[in-house]
Amino acid sequence: MKNLPPIVLHLLAALGCLVLLVLLTMVTDPFTNLRIATVGYYLVAVAGLALLTGFNGQVSLGHGAFMFIGAYTVALLVKRVPSFPIWADLLLATVAGGIAGLLAGAAAARLRGPYLAGATLALAVGLPAVAQRFPDLFAGSNGLSFTVNSQPAALAGVPPTRWQAWIVWLAVLLALVFLANLARGKLGRTLRAVRDDEVAASLAGVHVGRTKILAFLVSSACGGLAGGLQAFLLGTAAPGSFTVALSLSLLAALVLGGLGSLWGALWGALALVYFQVWTDDLAELLDLRTDISDNLPLALYGVVLIVIVLAFPAGIQGGLRKVWVRVRRPAPSQRGEA
Amino acid sequence: MRSSRSVLAVALASALVLAGCGGAGETPANSGAQKGEPAPGVTDTEVVIGTHQPLTGPAAPGYSRISVGAKAVYDYVNDGGGINGRKITYKVEDDGYNPTKTVEVVKKLVLQDKVFAIVGGLGTPTHSKVLDYLSGEGVPDVLVSSGALMWNSPEKHPNTFGYQLDYTREGKIQGQYIKDNFAGKKVGLLVQGDDVGTDTQKGLDQFIKDQIVERKTYDPANTDVTPQISALQAAGAEVVVCECIPAFMALTILTTLKIGYKPQLVVSSIGADPATLTGLVEQFAKQGGAQVSGGALLTGIIGTRYLPSVRGGDDAWTTFFKGIHDKYIPQEAFTDTLVYGMVQAYTFSQALKAAGKDLTRQKLLDAMSSGELKGPGLTPFAYSKDDHAGYTGALVFRIEADGSVKTLQEAKTTDTQTGEVKSYGEKRPTPEEVKLVG
Repeated sequence: MKNLPPIVLHLLAALGCLVLLVLLTMVTDPFTNLRIATVGYYLVAVAGLALLTGFNGQVSLGHGAFMFIGAYTVALLVKRVPSFPIWADLLLATVAGGIAGLLAGAAAARLRGPYLAGATLALAVGLPAVAQRFPDLFAGSNGLSFTVNSQPAALAGVPPTRWQAWIVWLAVLLALVFLANLARGKLGRTLRAVRDDEVAASLAGVHVGRTKILAFLVSSACGGLAGGLQAFLLGTAAPGSFTVALSLSLLAALVLGGLGSLWGALWGALALVYFQVWTDDLAELLDLRTDISDNLPLALYGVVLIVIVLAFPAGIQGGLRKVWVRVRRPAPSQRGEA
Repeated sequence: MRSSRSVLAVALASALVLAGCGGAGETPANSGAQKGEPAPGVTDTEVVIGTHQPLTGPAAPGYSRISVGAKAVYDYVNDGGGINGRKITYKVEDDGYNPTKTVEVVKKLVLQDKVFAIVGGLGTPTHSKVLDYLSGEGVPDVLVSSGALMWNSPEKHPNTFGYQLDYTREGKIQGQYIKDNFAGKKVGLLVQGDDVGTDTQKGLDQFIKDQIVERKTYDPANTDVTPQISALQAAGAEVVVCECIPAFMALTILTTLKIGYKPQLVVSSIGADPATLTGLVEQFAKQGGAQVSGGALLTGIIGTRYLPSVRGGDDAWTTFFKGIHDKYIPQEAFTDTLVYGMVQAYTFSQALKAAGKDLTRQKLLDAMSSGELKGPGLTPFAYSKDDHAGYTGALVFRIEADGSVKTLQEAKTTDTQTGEVKSYGEKRPTPEEVKLVG
């Protein structure tokens, strides 16, 4: 196994994961399938952010904007070009996110720290307003709603949410294979070199600006795909879904899961979906006053985020690794690898 | 070598997907409507219903109380033995007024909680995203908490019924009132940038198209309305018609104060609950570091409503709901918004009762479209086989300095087309006449 090239290893791992997921969706109810798919699209978004922030050190507070672009791309294609199959729509959503990221990245490459954060934040705040500006095309605040036909007639017996979960996770795993490969390869090394010391990287022959733009491109393409998958799954694209809060929660999920690792993105995505579910159930169980129970999930999320960051500065993945290292004998550091 | 392999892998995967896929926007051969099965969510002793409400997020101020009011009525009904021996279990899911969340929580209600019906799902941008889904699944979707016209399309969405006065009818009533009482004055418009805006304009334009000097929209995700209000001021609008949810109505009032603009505000029913507005105006001002008197700021605002008001003097229904309020939710402020939820729950309970002991989804829909439902509202429902619109008219009132509401024009009804706005004088049934329990 060790001698196989990484791409084959990653593809095999992805195939294994896909089989496991298909089995998992078979034994769970239709609504859990929907949640599994939801974890999937959040995972792509957070993984893309992991590449940008964890591997390359650029902070983006505006990744929700790329999801917005992806979602509207799929929505418009489904509505205006009904003959396109869904995989083409998703591919174009990825491309659209990537192009937007390229433009944003070109501007962002000159910025760092709070200035970069501010610029990306502006994107998250400003972009959804585009839907208001062109109500004929984007349907204003109401947004677009549509039904996606993706299920082949031969598989008509599969419950729709199960089928959707399969499609979402197929796309997610392909994206993850791509990201994992990237992270292990030459680009991954240059990304980390630029993150750790731009001057040193530049002296070593790395084109700093180009690397940063590339990181933005890949990361926002993931955002576009995530948005596209969300639109595919829920049949909606509306500005109210892509608020600044979404962008911030993606970043928070990444920090919670652990920067600098694609595994961290998985824990982050799981937390995004399931933490809400558990705290909702808890709030219901406690039978609190409505104005407290309504806001309890968000408050608890904040508390957990603070506790995790204090206890495990490297996030859940960092904590897990610490435990793993303590259980086994100290292994060589694998920082920044998936 | 490596790249050629990955290209191959991607190509293979795409080919696999391609093999079994039609166009994403095409209609599949079979749609999954399920009929003739025993109704989900119904047992001999229980009926489970669900709703999506903005308990958090931009529409929560005000609207988060609607389900609290509804819950109190269901508790009242259940304590009286339920409807046809069944207790009503009311599941409220928070969607934060976020359409993505709406789709998620409605699927949860349908797939996981297996609800019998969705009752009073709130919001135009939100509920419009689950309309097709609910039709496809055959789930009754009644008393939608929004005045958009789209809930009334019996051919396309046979399970969906509106509840509140639709925006076009309301626009006509507002338009006629303004034409009669503010003739020649310049009118500005502030509307939510969705169907609320377009549907309302259809009504207003029939009467005051030539008086309107400026139209502005706001987006619920952006809480700064200064640019819009400034534009209305710059256009010289003397009357400003707001089709705004309570939070944005309160923001509008505070913004006019901030920029020193004093137009006559005409507010549609969705944002015209004096008690809720007073609370919001004071709360928002406090958050901004200012102390204002909500009551003083609200004085003179003209609104429309189709339900009894908690401040509107003696009314048998207000007294009845106050009784339920005092017994089940005494800690809540008794507002028109609370009553909105209570009337909704009462109306659903009436439909459930009319559907009979042998309950199916179709029987509920038949009861809704029978045209027999009469209750707390000031005007009748439009419900029939071919019409799924809710309330058909409203009265016009003004908020007085002492916080009470004074009726300026008695209830009038109209249609969504170019029909006349006419007086409606029929007597409403009393709570005793359409008693649910006891």
